[in-house]
Amino acid sequence: MPETLFKINAKEYILPGNRSCQGCGLSLAYRMALKALREKTIMVLGPSCLCVLHGLYPSTAVLIPGFNTTFASAGAAASGLVAGLRALGRDNETVCAFIGDGGTSDMGIQSLSGAAERQTDFIYVCYDNEGYMNTGTQRSSATPLGAITTTTPIYTKEEHKKDLVRIMEAHEIPYIATANAAYPIDLYDKFVKAKKIKGTRYIHLFIPCPPGWGFPPKDTIKIGRLAVETGVFPLFEIENGKFHFTGRSRALAERGHKIPVSTYLERQARFQKMTPAQVNVFQQWVDRRWEDFLRRAEADAKHFLS
Amino acid sequence: MSRVEIMTGNQAAALGARLARVQVVAAYPITPQTSLTETLAQLIESGEMQAEYIRVDGEHSALTVCIAASTIGARAFTATSANGLLYMHEQIHWAAGSRLPIVMCCVNRGVGAPWTIFNDQQDSISQRDTGWIQLYCRDNQEIIDTVIQAFRIAETIYCPVMVCYDGFVLSHTLMPVEIPEEEKVDAFLPPYRPHTILDDTNPRTINPVMFADLRANAEGILCDGYMEIRYKLEYALKGALKTIQDVSDEYALVFGRDHGGLIWEYKTSDAEVILTGMGSIATEATIAADILREKGIPAGVVGIRAYRPFPTEALIRALKRARSIHCLEKAVSYGFAGPVYTDLRAALYGSECDAQMQDYITSLGGRDIQPSTIAEVVLNRIKSDAFDGRFREPIWINCRTE
Ligand SMILES: Cc1ncc(C[n+]2csc(CCOP(=O)(O)OP(=O)(O)O)c2C)c(N)n1
Ligand code: SF4
Repeated sequence: MPETLFKINAKEYILPGNRSCQGCGLSLAYRMALKALREKTIMVLGPSCLCVLHGLYPSTAVLIPGFNTTFASAGAAASGLVAGLRALGRDNETVCAFIGDGGTSDMGIQSLSGAAERQTDFIYVCYDNEGYMNTGTQRSSATPLGAITTTTPIYTKEEHKKDLVRIMEAHEIPYIATANAAYPIDLYDKFVKAKKIKGTRYIHLFIPCPPGWGFPPKDTIKIGRLAVETGVFPLFEIENGKFHFTGRSRALAERGHKIPVSTYLERQARFQKMTPAQVNVFQQWVDRRWEDFLRRAEADAKHFLS
Repeated sequence: MSRVEIMTGNQAAALGARLARVQVVAAYPITPQTSLTETLAQLIESGEMQAEYIRVDGEHSALTVCIAASTIGARAFTATSANGLLYMHEQIHWAAGSRLPIVMCCVNRGVGAPWTIFNDQQDSISQRDTGWIQLYCRDNQEIIDTVIQAFRIAETIYCPVMVCYDGFVLSHTLMPVEIPEEEKVDAFLPPYRPHTILDDTNPRTINPVMFADLRANAEGILCDGYMEIRYKLEYALKGALKTIQDVSDEYALVFGRDHGGLIWEYKTSDAEVILTGMGSIATEATIAADILREKGIPAGVVGIRAYRPFPTEALIRALKRARSIHCLEKAVSYGFAGPVYTDLRAALYGSECDAQMQDYITSLGGRDIQPSTIAEVVLNRIKSDAFDGRFREPIWINCRTE
């Protein structure tokens, strides 16, 4: 059953006055995620914006225990927490790793892959602000084509974003979902669901980042929504290998059309150097993926009905 | 009754971990550590040992798993060698900085490049400045006993311990080993209690970003800055000198075996020529000392068991009558000298010991050395008139240096 706004856990787990930027998509998403995960959760953190949001010693803004680990090691750290909890017979706690796209798709991919291959019982969240934001907006492998970063300052990023969801799918884990800071109820539902499942669950969060992407802090939700409306970041779940769209993406899929990516790109300073040809390539990339998802949704729905 | 079995150093280490009731094991195979990992897998899968065994994707992950498990409150153990240890480097610091009583065996092997699978001690030496206690073993009996002692030391002062022993020389050599009795080990090593409880009754963020200076918390209490926390690690390591000795003494009382705590001595009471080193090279030096004695040289050996913390006082006491000290080393600080020589020279400077000192680099990458060769080079060195207390370049034994 999808939750409604009124059913959302009223308790706040992030205290007022954390260290994220104004308009930060991460703080919105993290707030909702913690509401869904609730107590009895141990959070694995890496060097990232979230590490800073959690607070600098000796204060923390978060009411969930946080375990900082090094950049490359979140999957292994979660494995160690799970193993330790099992050894001690503490069996009603959820281990969750909440790691940036850099800590996931670049440095941390080995330990994440190891943990998923071992079917470690934890939730791994990649919060994707499409760059190394904590160190000042450098390119990561999750940075999209055409984006200016401080390490792609002149030519912009010349490759497409790494498709981490497909990599995670190859591990045959029971639950994969995408969610977006701009769709809090959809996001909340997915964390509630993930919490109930055993094994490795992977959630890929889309996190609009005003300073890193170059848009006004008031537009975080707008940018997040445009990513979905344009098909740049579709919302879906893959449960035991079965794909289906959720929320706004489901409506778009049923209605059959999405809006051009240029409406999304032109609102962000990071894309200001894109040539029309690059925009075209970006559009084709989005279209190809969207068509794939549509076909897959249809096939899996048929399979489900038969 | 304790029983004696013939076993390799790696089996002795695995049995030590089982007797210590390790709860989480994470390890990744590398020669010459591999059979230790395999023995643990066998013990755990057969039900002889109750532990979670995480078959990780690499050594960085192996130590990370131990760090996380130890934080939660489970007794954690890992082992590695050479490049595996180097691959862990970031986490080796992290474990010590987090003050976690993890025990790791380092089955000493030379590091690449070029590749070698054979023994020297460059691997553990290159992790010297991480805040881990380092103990070096001489034989397989000492390995099993030291693994048990290591947990007791680690959990007393909340610092990780590296139990180092020479690859192949010990790891793959069969020796009789007396297996300590389970009940006695249980009494000697009470269950592990973590320094911080990680749950939501008192939610904390462990190892957050620190400032340089002291900072007030929400209650207005001034809390440590980075430097105070680092000083506490140093203070704990210095205090470990006493803990290591006490634990060793108590172990000797309970189990009847004394491996010497910080250092051990061989025929030193009348010795003027002292050979020193760590691990099996120091054992070999005892035979060299006997050869020297046959030639009329009053030689003895001071073996260093605890390299970090460095047992300055114990060494001054043991070496104060020495006329010359000869350091046999299986590692180099490239561009200067061997690590034992470097530290020992600094420790003895200005003390009541004013012996001449010479450094020898030996056995890198498993190059064989005979006790007779050690005796010969030491004899040559003593006879040399250039022995005037000044720094001399290390002598590379059994090495073509032209
Ligand atoms: C081994 C290592 N290399 C580099 C760094 C420096 N570093 C800290 S945070 C960071 C970027 C993090 O990026 P991401 O995971 O995407 O999270 P975000 O900052 O965007 O939230 C980097 C490169 C580090 N902490 N550790
Ligand atoms: S840089 Fe971006 S993701 Fe990081 S805190 Fe600021 S807005 Fe949030």
